[in-house]
Amino acid sequence: MTSLPQRTDRKLGLVIDLDICVGCHGCATSCKEWNTGGYSAPLSDQDPYGADPHGAWLNRIHAYEVGEGAASRTVHFPRSCLHCETPACVTVCPTGASYKRAEDGIVLVNPDTCIGCKLCSWACPYGAREYDYAHGVMKKCTLCVDRIYNTNIPERDRVPACVKACPTGARAFGDLGDPQSEVSRSVAVRGGYNLLEAFGYQPVNKYLPPRERRDATTAARSASPPTMPTSDGTSIERFFAWVDRTLSAKET
Amino acid sequence: MPPLDTSRPVSDEVKATTCYMCACRCGILVHLKDGEVRYIEGNPDHPVNKGVICGKGAAGIMQHLSPARLRAPLLRTGERGKGEFKEISWEEALSLATDWLGEVRDRDPKRLAFFTGRDQSQSLTGYWAIQYGTPNYAAHGGFCSVNMAAAGLYTFGGAFWEFGEPDWERTEYFLLFGVAEDHGSNPIKKALGTLKKRGAKIVAVNPVRTGYGAIADEWIGIKPGTDGLFVAALIHELLATRKIDLDYLARYTNAPWLVIDAPGTAEHGLFARDEAGKALVHDLATGQLVGAPAAGLKPALTGRHTLADGRAGQPVFALLAERYLDPHHAPEAAAEATGVPASTIRRIAAELAEAAFTKEIRLAQPWTDWTGETHAEMVGRPVSMHAMRGISAHANGFHTCRLIHILQILLGSIDCPGGFRYKPPYPKPVPPPLKPFGKPGHVKPREPLGGPHLGFPTSPADLLVDDEGKPTRIDKAFSWEAPFAAHGLMHMVITNAALGNPYSIDVLFLYMANMSWNSTMNVPAVLEHLTAKDETGAYKIPKIIYSDAYASEMVAYADLILPDTTYLERYDCISLLDRPISEADGPADAIRHPVVTPDRDVRGFQEVLIDLGHRLKLPAFTSPDGSPKYPGGYADYIVNHERSPGIGPLAGWRGEDGANFGKGKPNPDQLRRYIESGGFHMHHLKPEQRFYKHANKDYLEWATAVGFMPSSEPVIFQLYVEPMQRFRLAAEGRTGESVPEQHRARVARYFDPLPFWYPPEDVAGAGPSRTAYPIHAVTQRPMHMYHSWGTQNAWLRQITNENRLYVHRDLGRRLGLADDDWVWIVGALGRVKAPVRLMTGCHPDTVWTWNAIGKRQGAWALDPDAPETTKGFLLNHLISELMPEQAGGYRYSNSDPVTGQAAWYDLMVRLERCAPGEPHETSPRFEPLGRPTQIDAPRELRFGEAFGGRRS
Repeated sequence: MTSLPQRTDRKLGLVIDLDICVGCHGCATSCKEWNTGGYSAPLSDQDPYGADPHGAWLNRIHAYEVGEGAASRTVHFPRSCLHCETPACVTVCPTGASYKRAEDGIVLVNPDTCIGCKLCSWACPYGAREYDYAHGVMKKCTLCVDRIYNTNIPERDRVPACVKACPTGARAFGDLGDPQSEVSRSVAVRGGYNLLEAFGYQPVNKYLPPRERRDATTAARSASPPTMPTSDGTSIERFFAWVDRTLSAKET
Repeated sequence: MPPLDTSRPVSDEVKATTCYMCACRCGILVHLKDGEVRYIEGNPDHPVNKGVICGKGAAGIMQHLSPARLRAPLLRTGERGKGEFKEISWEEALSLATDWLGEVRDRDPKRLAFFTGRDQSQSLTGYWAIQYGTPNYAAHGGFCSVNMAAAGLYTFGGAFWEFGEPDWERTEYFLLFGVAEDHGSNPIKKALGTLKKRGAKIVAVNPVRTGYGAIADEWIGIKPGTDGLFVAALIHELLATRKIDLDYLARYTNAPWLVIDAPGTAEHGLFARDEAGKALVHDLATGQLVGAPAAGLKPALTGRHTLADGRAGQPVFALLAERYLDPHHAPEAAAEATGVPASTIRRIAAELAEAAFTKEIRLAQPWTDWTGETHAEMVGRPVSMHAMRGISAHANGFHTCRLIHILQILLGSIDCPGGFRYKPPYPKPVPPPLKPFGKPGHVKPREPLGGPHLGFPTSPADLLVDDEGKPTRIDKAFSWEAPFAAHGLMHMVITNAALGNPYSIDVLFLYMANMSWNSTMNVPAVLEHLTAKDETGAYKIPKIIYSDAYASEMVAYADLILPDTTYLERYDCISLLDRPISEADGPADAIRHPVVTPDRDVRGFQEVLIDLGHRLKLPAFTSPDGSPKYPGGYADYIVNHERSPGIGPLAGWRGEDGANFGKGKPNPDQLRRYIESGGFHMHHLKPEQRFYKHANKDYLEWATAVGFMPSSEPVIFQLYVEPMQRFRLAAEGRTGESVPEQHRARVARYFDPLPFWYPPEDVAGAGPSRTAYPIHAVTQRPMHMYHSWGTQNAWLRQITNENRLYVHRDLGRRLGLADDDWVWIVGALGRVKAPVRLMTGCHPDTVWTWNAIGKRQGAWALDPDAPETTKGFLLNHLISELMPEQAGGYRYSNSDPVTGQAAWYDLMVRLERCAPGEPHETSPRFEPLGRPTQIDAPRELRFGEAFGGRRS
């Protein structure tokens, strides 16, 4: 069993906005291409051109419909490690390969000591752990630990690859332990929530829920419903008279 | 803590170039380590994507390393369609191509048909075809989105996507029609995120709720092909509620131009004109008829006005108002056909009006209009719209797109703050002053064609027809069948050539278009055409040359293969002469340059074309002494070619010292400047030039100086398209022009100078009955795939490697279908077997699937049992390329009657549940293709292993 730090100096994590994710998979493939040549190298792929292509991905996107009829909506849901404050994937690790960093809260796997027993993937309720068939070890989101502190990368780009990639800006990175950080403020404003809160693992990553729609169902309830003059619509003469009046008014 | 170096070097070198994982052309930074591609990310300084990258772009490494890459030139050894080839040298390949092409050029150049697919080098390929002298050239626009380009260019001198974009920064209301995930993808995604954060409203009008529609504030699940009726009802409502910008209409459009009312005469419906040819308006200030446009006019928009010859003329606006205020355009009248409740149509109209007029923008930016009048502010109507293939790919797409533009114009929202903005070099004159070449007298052995293949006819005299009115182009573009075919009809070339209708050809030369599979209609018939033989045993299409980087399905049907490079191994030029990457705030162009060297015996197609041009002694590719004009290949051409003095493929850093933009002598240092500057160049317009470009003196004078515009005359929006009336008059027999009888009624109906909605099935005439095939069937492209390219990609095919037929739950219930059941999709042409997935977010009588996932066994280096071949299916097999026989036996192409745009989305089907015991495997499946020589596909990928690690 592996122990956790008493506390972490920072709580680095992601805030994912479900209101604007369009499901383009830009974060997923950017994650794959960065990490397959980075800390987690390689993220191998088996049967890549065959009947059952499958490989290690640290970030996957799911699309599904929720609700019925007029209330139905399509949601794109990116899924990766949430870097929990009390992650069972770490405490269950028999070798100490899984660990949570005291300085920033990032949960990592040390592949040198990982034995590929997969206990962590059983313990994680979020399905965030991936087994690499080529290496026989577990792999997971590192929050791009090899990008965010990397002085070889321009400062503006020192964010996880998925955050830099995201075309709609649905992903933000920051310190969720600092209530003044931009990510913490967006969680406060938008009602950001924990995934599977009841499990009690205290995920650091947060999801922002879709905003309320402004469609037929909400338009009627709107405080200032769109107003328009009633149409006489049938009389072309009256319409032309209005045009003439308007144009001559402009003349004077 | 285990040892961990969090600051390892990323790469040895970073090269900035342009992505080609789709048509969006984002800037990318390619990280190289030990000479290999390590990582590709978005270029933060690039105007298109500003640093972001999509699912496709970030998977570019796997495209670059695809085992489907061809290795060397190939010569067919077996029968066509078997996929049996031998590798040959480039010298053999180019000699053979030169022999084939040279013989045809010496005899009759039109017997070469040269069509290019999704390439971005049409200014070169078109130029080459002009030099060769064949009239039979176009790119793929005819089966993509020519309806959008033509409708826009005939209406306001711009168009959606490449020629314009919403003012994302300021718009308050964004109306998105149809599937849009496939063009301008990252800019739109980036913008949607911004709009949502700003609280601007997004409305998606689309039979299917996916992707962008999923995050819209409102999804309108419209019935396919009825968008035009929906828009006409919005127009009706805006007119009825007086929510239109009359001042804008009077200033910038032909709303006041007087239309001659003289039924039965050759001038009925044309503009009354003065002696100088200017259209007349009734000036309220003086009571006189005055030629427009002119400074200081107060034109009437209503009334009947007596012309000098005693005839009457009515302003365009009066005709327009009469049409759309008619009760048959009322929301109630549109509700049933569109499936959109009248209350919704009224509410959307009210919301558009509220955004345009209540949220009016006033930018404190003085500007001067074309008359010299100075305005203290730029007034904005923050409503914007976007549409692409969902509108385009119907047989009523041209008129539907025109209706959308009319809606924008009535709201005063073209090129104003918050509205839809031109991207320079647009606007162009309406329509652009280019006429198509390819009439019988234009085509002569060993001589270039006298001008461009593609253009904008304004009267029947511009058509490419012979004395009998028969088409002179193989695809019948610019004939009476498709008079405004501004992008040609690539989808008809193989069928027409094999049937010898209008004539047969000797060489078919294709680039980068999978015309034997997902890019063609009616795959089974087209495969027969590609392999059909005459009575002597010779192929009816005698020779087929094809260039592609990958072992696509089309490779198997060609005789000679010229293997292309990947996008990281080549030069390319994304030119202002072609399809630039401009932003509304300024023109921009870009390049690709080789960031790695090919490890195979392949060459960029553009290099090959320039080489062939010299071997064929085409004048523009040969120096007077007979040597190659561009010995340095495509890079040499990009820098040194001048289309007209001072104007070449790239606009940046021109002139000997690189100080000029737009016009200037070739600069030998130009490519280096591009490479050092991120692979692109953008010129930023001055603040006073950025809006009202169609009427902005500063902009128009500058655009004329740099060669974008022929003159600084204003661009007047054509609500009423007079050239269409000229075709209609001819078809009605008013003008004495000879119009073949079979086309008269059709041209007279569809060349209405004001846009109208008609059911797409009207065009087919004797089409299959709605009772037999009551369900619409359409496709969308997954956001992480681009055409057929995606499923060869080891990463992308892990996301999607089979497609389902998506069926609304209610329809599924009626048919007793559950998820994973298999059905037959039955259409008039045949049937296709597919697995089902039920959903809520689609129009109840519309089924749909992802486009181009299905693959033919043997192609794309996929294993024979890949899901793409066993479960992946295409709807293409059910879409006829020809419409049913008309009276007299004539068969039109399955296209828009105005532009010839392929009507992919008009497919009607019914579903039949598969019997128990039928195999869960798609049908039809075709004979497996032999694998041309390509790279061996690995069983496992460990990409990045050499680069990675945790320690220094």
